[in-house]
Amino acid sequence: MLINEFLLLGAVLFCIGVYGVIARKNAVLVLMSIELILNSVNINLLAFDRLNGGNDGAVFALYIIAVAAAEVGVGLAMVLLIFRNRKTISLDDLSEMKG
Amino acid sequence: MLAFSSPVIDYHALAPELVLSAGLCVVLLVDLFVPDHRRWITGTLTGLFLLGALVPVVTLAVIGDDVRSSLSGEGVTGRYVVDNFALVLKALFLLTGYIVVLLSAHEIEEGHYQGEFYVLLLSSVLGMVMMASARDLVSLFIALEFLSIPAYMMAAWKKRDRKSNEAGVKYYLLGVFASAVMLYGMSLLYGVAGSTLLTDIGKSVTLKGDRVGVQVLGVVFVIVGFAFKVSAVPFHTWAPDTYEGAPTPVTAFLSVGSKAAGFVGLVVLVYLAFPQARDVYRPFLWVMAALTMTIGNLIALKQTNIVRMLAYSSVSQGGFILMPLAMAFTNGAQETSLRAVIVYLIIYAATNLGAFAIVIAVSRKTRSGEITSFGGLFQYAPGLTVLMTVFLASLAGIPPLGGWYGKFAAFRAVLDAAGGWGYTIAIVGAVNAVIATAYYVNVMREMWMKPVPDSDVTPIKVYGSVQAALVICGVATLVLGVLPGLIAKVGAITDLATGP
Repeated sequence: MLINEFLLLGAVLFCIGVYGVIARKNAVLVLMSIELILNSVNINLLAFDRLNGGNDGAVFALYIIAVAAAEVGVGLAMVLLIFRNRKTISLDDLSEMKG
Repeated sequence: MLAFSSPVIDYHALAPELVLSAGLCVVLLVDLFVPDHRRWITGTLTGLFLLGALVPVVTLAVIGDDVRSSLSGEGVTGRYVVDNFALVLKALFLLTGYIVVLLSAHEIEEGHYQGEFYVLLLSSVLGMVMMASARDLVSLFIALEFLSIPAYMMAAWKKRDRKSNEAGVKYYLLGVFASAVMLYGMSLLYGVAGSTLLTDIGKSVTLKGDRVGVQVLGVVFVIVGFAFKVSAVPFHTWAPDTYEGAPTPVTAFLSVGSKAAGFVGLVVLVYLAFPQARDVYRPFLWVMAALTMTIGNLIALKQTNIVRMLAYSSVSQGGFILMPLAMAFTNGAQETSLRAVIVYLIIYAATNLGAFAIVIAVSRKTRSGEITSFGGLFQYAPGLTVLMTVFLASLAGIPPLGGWYGKFAAFRAVLDAAGGWGYTIAIVGAVNAVIATAYYVNVMREMWMKPVPDSDVTPIKVYGSVQAALVICGVATLVLGVLPGLIAKVGAITDLATGP
């Protein structure tokens, strides 16, 4: 297979992720979209890793997987926090401050 | 079986990070065992560890031998480096952390979570300290996340306060999105260079040959990621809301520490990874610098809340730091630009932390964040009024104070770069420096000339720790303005080493 196919898959996932972050109003769905972007990065890194040789890319991908888990942990905690105080996780309702 | 050869670890060079990591564990454990009324011990310990981490920074600077790679061996040399640039910035981050600890002492007493707050603060400072040394995409990314993730939690610190929740969630979502976009850019850069080492990327990203499109996209995405961190327009939208909603000491920390760390990342990238990609980053950073200064200023003009005003002011100050960076490799201005960025970061840190310290002290009495609550401050708190005037004048860049030297250095750098790009941005900057004075003077007028809004003139009780922070920031602002030679010297030794 060509590397292009992997990069294309990565790019498509990236675009779906960015669309999701911008278009979705539900905090959990936004978190999932961000995960999609991070996984598109992993696919890219591994494809380039096989292309270039060495193991920098694979190591980088491992770090990203670990950090993504930490990020989502914090993110879900925050979603719980706003749900407890507002009984909704819609991002449109987060508009206490303006200007 | 393959023979294992361990990399050589330079423990002296890693000492600041090690002290901070030890501090993290100690503060977390101590917090478990102290009774509630002695929780303040965790704050004191945090301060001690931050100052303790400063000791190896000083000894490394005194030894002063060239560049040290914290890890050396096959495949790891030069990825995490201690040079003069790193040392100066590590000292800046540690001192910023220390001042934030001083400011937090009486503000973060809600519930019983003081210990956790200081643990988060320490890990965020650890991330900043790592950022100063990172010379590799992986370590840059880890440092960025290490400083950001605790900061998201600190912004949402007041759990029952809806504004604080909102501040945290907005910061979190935009921050994580930005770092995801940045990572996509990093994966493209890695694909082009075949290495994550910044200097290798610098050799490969030449905007020539095949894969030019990938190079351009990589550079742009990575810069966008960091632009969020430094709240450059148009990626600044989280900043005012987060700054207003978060507890004020956290706001001070974000607007100084986290912003400076973002700039450090940008500087390292521009100088080591993109020196040959000027045609991409220069127009991009140039436009961002101009927009950041102008839009930050124009919105700051109509703010009525002091924290929000300072938030937009810090957005616009960011533009003055981007300005020399955009012109970094134009007509051999790299040295003056690098110095300008570092000098500006140091002076801005002292001044802005001072201004937030005053806001913390005054709002303890007035319980309000409105600019009008500063009315007649001179009648009952003359000391605070004089200091606030000093900090605001320094932010505006009025001569005898620190801020003017920062602005002077920034303008000199872009004038060194010369040419159409340099002169235009200098004019934009000069116009903005004048506009900015308007809203700083507005607060001064409120303090000196207006009557007290509720005619309550009981003096303000300023806690000892806040007083200490005010003295440090005030002295730094004054001394750096009167004797700019001091900081010029610091700027002069901060050449970015490209690794041994």
